[in-house]
Amino acid sequence: MDKFVYVAMSGAKETLRAESVNNHNIANATTTGFRADLSAFQSQAVSGAGYASRTYATDESTGWKQDSGSLASTGRDLDVAVNGKGWIAVQDPLSGGEAYTRAGDLHIDPQNQLRTATGLAVMGDAGPLSVPPHSSLAIDADGSISIVPSGQTPSTTSTVGRIKLVNPPGTDLVRGGDGLFRMRDGSTAPSDPTTQLAVGSLESSNVDIGDSMAQMIDLSRHFDLQIKAIHTAEETAAASAQLLSAT
Amino acid sequence: MDPALWAAKTGLDAQQTQMSVTSNNLANVSTTGYKKQRAVFEDLLYQNVRQVGAATSQQTLSPTGMMIGTGVSIVATEGEYTQGSLNNTGNSLDLAINGRGFFQIQMPDGSIAYTRDGTFQMSAQGQLVTASGYTLLPGITIPPAAQSITIGTDGTVQVQVNGQTAPTTVGTIQLADFINPAGLQLNGSNLAVQSAASGTPTTSTPGLNGVGTIMQGTLEGSNVNVVEELVNMIETQRAYEMNSKAITTVDAMLDYMVTNLT
Repeated sequence: MDKFVYVAMSGAKETLRAESVNNHNIANATTTGFRADLSAFQSQAVSGAGYASRTYATDESTGWKQDSGSLASTGRDLDVAVNGKGWIAVQDPLSGGEAYTRAGDLHIDPQNQLRTATGLAVMGDAGPLSVPPHSSLAIDADGSISIVPSGQTPSTTSTVGRIKLVNPPGTDLVRGGDGLFRMRDGSTAPSDPTTQLAVGSLESSNVDIGDSMAQMIDLSRHFDLQIKAIHTAEETAAASAQLLSAT
Repeated sequence: MDPALWAAKTGLDAQQTQMSVTSNNLANVSTTGYKKQRAVFEDLLYQNVRQVGAATSQQTLSPTGMMIGTGVSIVATEGEYTQGSLNNTGNSLDLAINGRGFFQIQMPDGSIAYTRDGTFQMSAQGQLVTASGYTLLPGITIPPAAQSITIGTDGTVQVQVNGQTAPTTVGTIQLADFINPAGLQLNGSNLAVQSAASGTPTTSTPGLNGVGTIMQGTLEGSNVNVVEELVNMIETQRAYEMNSKAITTVDAMLDYMVTNLT
């Protein structure tokens, strides 16, 4: 059988993979702070004499969509969204260093630690932030947290720290297997004073639904083409076998 | 089967759960002291199919890799403890908390439950009890001769007994507060119990230590915002449809393959 059956087979296999990436995005169309995963096909030529027509396609991750999702107002004191570019620093559950997220639905745990909804400690400029018992709490656009401590009059406010906000270039960040972003070289991103928070809001996922649906159809047709090519290879082989057996 | 199918399936599951949460909020739109819930979504683990930076030859590295996400999951449903609207009822045993804090309720098994529902009644013994008959803590007994009951913003319960000029103080209602009320375990019947995530309760006099004040003749409505829930419902339904469409598409692809390659 002609070797183009393998070229078509790899095309079909990689298209199905791209469909997985796209379905992952669709599944996360309502996940707070989610960044859509991007992938693209690349040609991989097989080098060597006689292989000139053997170019396989592989689907490669090309990063994530960097646009902001839309902001949905919730009115909750501890809901923050990064307004524009930037990230919220959290403690990396694996290394104890820093990881970055856009999901800002925060909580205070019984040990007074400020945590994300998934339980990661939120970093301040000097390590994880803790918020003492308070009667009211306010987060500023620059991430500063001020509280009225329990038992004090409303005129007594104290600042307990500042949520560390960073804005490294997108190319310096990689997404880990757990969905958190980290610096490519394992370093810690410097705090960025220009990154602003929208308090009382959450950022929705930045998955573009129309785009994902169109891509889904496109990939599906692309897959059909590859299958058709495999089928053609099969028919060609059958025809040649018949010709040879007839003589 | 293919991971593309499973990623879309997790999306269906998560949207289904979101729909349950939204329906529960809508069903409780007029439940006294109800706090709306919301589902917290998180992207599931990513599979590293091809490592970024793998050697493509002795001198070169692949500049990109392939990571496939496996879908979405709901990690938690959390209560949003914002203030509900305060509605005047005029009933002297209807109490609302304006601010943080919970009423403490003695359960039949001896444990303490917490509620924001201040619809109290008087038991046959004159004790203040919830609509289910559980006693309010600290226990307050209204003498049978009481003509009127006044509950101050600081929780002081005073009764006017026929024939006396000055009102008599019969007790003080104390409120409990938690560092993380969203971590309370909800038990239904408007009652919540302490959990490892909520922390331990601190009790204090209403109006002190950041705890809210008590308002007599008032009930706290649910904090569910109907319009917000309806928007959530539309979003959930469309997201569900898209995930369902994704499953159909992958199924059609696999079907095309199976029919053509046999």
